[in-house]
Amino acid sequence: MADVTAPPLREFPVPPALLPDAMADSKPYVATEKMQEAIGFPGTLVDDWHDKAIAKMGELVGKYRGLRVYLDACVHCGACTDKCHYFLGTGDPKNMPVARQELMRGVYRRHFTLPGKLFPKLVGARELTKDVLDDWYKYYNQCSECRRCSVFCPYGIDTAEVTMAAKEILDSIGYGQKYTNEIIGKVHKIGNNLGLPGPALEDTLLGLEEDVKDETGADVKFPLDVKGAEVLLVTPSADFFAEPHVDSLIGYAKVFHAAGISWTLSSHASEAGNFGLFIGNYEQMRTIAMRIREAALELGVKRIVVGECGHAWRVAYSFWNTLAGIGSGADDPFARMLQSQLDHNYRQPTHICELTWDLVRKGALVLDKEANDHRVVTFHDSCNVARASRMGDDPGGQFEIPRALVRAVANRYVEMRPGTTHEATFCCGGGGGLLTDELLDLRVKGALPRMESLREVADRHGVNFMATICAICKAQFTKVLPYYGFNRNMVGGVHQLVSTAIRLGAKQ
Amino acid sequence: MAAFFAGLFYLAATVLVAGLAVRIRQYAGTPAPLKIPTTPAPTTRGGVALRLVREVVLFESLFKATLWTWLFGWVFHAALALVLLRHLRYFTEPVWGWVAFIQPFGVYAGFAMLAGLAGLWARRFLVDRVRYISTPSDHLMLALLVAIGASGLAMKYVAHTDVIAVKSFFLGLMSFEVRHLPADPILALHLGLVAALMLVFPFSKLLHAPGLFFSPGRNQVDDPRERRHLAEWAARLDTK
Repeated sequence: MADVTAPPLREFPVPPALLPDAMADSKPYVATEKMQEAIGFPGTLVDDWHDKAIAKMGELVGKYRGLRVYLDACVHCGACTDKCHYFLGTGDPKNMPVARQELMRGVYRRHFTLPGKLFPKLVGARELTKDVLDDWYKYYNQCSECRRCSVFCPYGIDTAEVTMAAKEILDSIGYGQKYTNEIIGKVHKIGNNLGLPGPALEDTLLGLEEDVKDETGADVKFPLDVKGAEVLLVTPSADFFAEPHVDSLIGYAKVFHAAGISWTLSSHASEAGNFGLFIGNYEQMRTIAMRIREAALELGVKRIVVGECGHAWRVAYSFWNTLAGIGSGADDPFARMLQSQLDHNYRQPTHICELTWDLVRKGALVLDKEANDHRVVTFHDSCNVARASRMGDDPGGQFEIPRALVRAVANRYVEMRPGTTHEATFCCGGGGGLLTDELLDLRVKGALPRMESLREVADRHGVNFMATICAICKAQFTKVLPYYGFNRNMVGGVHQLVSTAIRLGAKQ
Repeated sequence: MAAFFAGLFYLAATVLVAGLAVRIRQYAGTPAPLKIPTTPAPTTRGGVALRLVREVVLFESLFKATLWTWLFGWVFHAALALVLLRHLRYFTEPVWGWVAFIQPFGVYAGFAMLAGLAGLWARRFLVDRVRYISTPSDHLMLALLVAIGASGLAMKYVAHTDVIAVKSFFLGLMSFEVRHLPADPILALHLGLVAALMLVFPFSKLLHAPGLFFSPGRNQVDDPRERRHLAEWAARLDTK
């Protein structure tokens, strides 16, 4: 594996000079035959991969309007060229969103458009050779599907859709990525991405109850598979034991405890994450989402709440209603089966930040903001929350609600530089199924823009805590912060701050 | 010459209209199974219409992206729109009042259009990132538009052509009648290039024009929790 090096922070945020092929050696491990076949993909690269790939591309442009329009509409204006964190961190021109798209668009032109068939050179059309296929594997695995480029595209072209299509095609010809596909196998087999079986989960939760009892003296419960609970909490499995994730899980539990809301986790659906999104596979995504539906029906819950996880919130907010009928407003029998059980006085599904913020506004929680006074906090918007979902009733609630919550529990709060937050936020560098060790060099380099704005507020305002609401962001930053000279413990969840400030049993 | 251009323009108009119709039907007929608007997004249909108007009229996203490209791009498109409207005088008799009114502005717009194109073209040479992504067809498209604009202005300022005859020719075409067209090389160049532009439109990146209206990133309402959004092929999975 290549050396892992962090690029120097830039004094002025100007785009880097082009370094062709700078990241041509970066690629994740290929999924093994067993992993591929476990989730219904060919085990190894099939003999007629070229024809199969082209056929799959034809199928996908027929199934997804977005993909078809995005492959046609680009004019190479260059608006996106300096927007990708991986380009800014590596200088590899194929990490410019438009150039990444062109890897597929060239093949699309060659096979699906008249000029591409007649004058391939003129319009940049290309045959799908093994080299091009390998480029797909390398560079579509250098896109975290964060959609920052889509904010700036005059036509809203979303590279994430192209990357997902590429991964879908690669999977269908037996050229899948190990990290994502192994995890998808685990979630089907065991119920969560980390492969944590039911009994281990139960043990972990009991341990947490003891820890919280020792710390606060309160009997905060972490219920599992409780039928008739009001709330089903679906959270990323990293929350069960990874640091700093678990501190947010403790925060959620304290909030439920303080507000007197009965809740439960589910061993059948012990994972909010849905890596089916990362590989663009509708059926995988649907099957994974169906676990939540099944658990909700079995436990008879009235509300479904999602923990701190960026891509999971995208899937929950934007896709659950479509995929599994989890939401409101449906009149078909499939969706009604669950929706008639849910309480539509609440948003379905609800983000944990929405739930906690509603309680704060109602005065239902006792908060001691001074408890967080040792922290100077900033907030990192996670890409999928920022650009692919919402909280609350108004556009932009996904920015305002977590910030309002942070301000409600901490006195010292600082924003990072405009242009690096809200809808223009930079990906942590580890999203989209790239959170794997063999891609560490890419992940470190991709974190550059975020590290620059963090360095600014750390130097100027003494920021020592970056709050975020995504399991991948937390894991990624914990790993890459030291490469930029930061303490790895300075990243944590919003509910970690809530957990510090909340006073239990004080208000009766 | 008149017969040649008559045939060419009937062909070009047919290809343009039919080609675009096929494309638009293809876009409209392709399902969008998932809600993928780039958020924050409007929560109502009216809001989405406004978002699209802002994109079409102001190039809002491009403005956020890069000021230079926005400036050149917006000036070019706005000027092109004005120039096109100005040309309505060749197809209407009597000329509509507002078309007569914009005539002088349309002339300036011709220069503004060329200036915008020059700026856009310069970026393809001067900015290394844009140079990297430019294909020969990107340059050709700019050359085509510059040549159309330059030949048009040349007829205004360098070598006048008999515009009365040109108008008569196009009015004739509109009633399926081939009339006299001045045998003027600059005019022939101008008309030939315009026909070429019409011919390539439905097969090229000029599809960005209809594409914007079908882009789910921009045209979807942000209401997935309130409404179940289901494509036909996806709905079939529910009953399996």
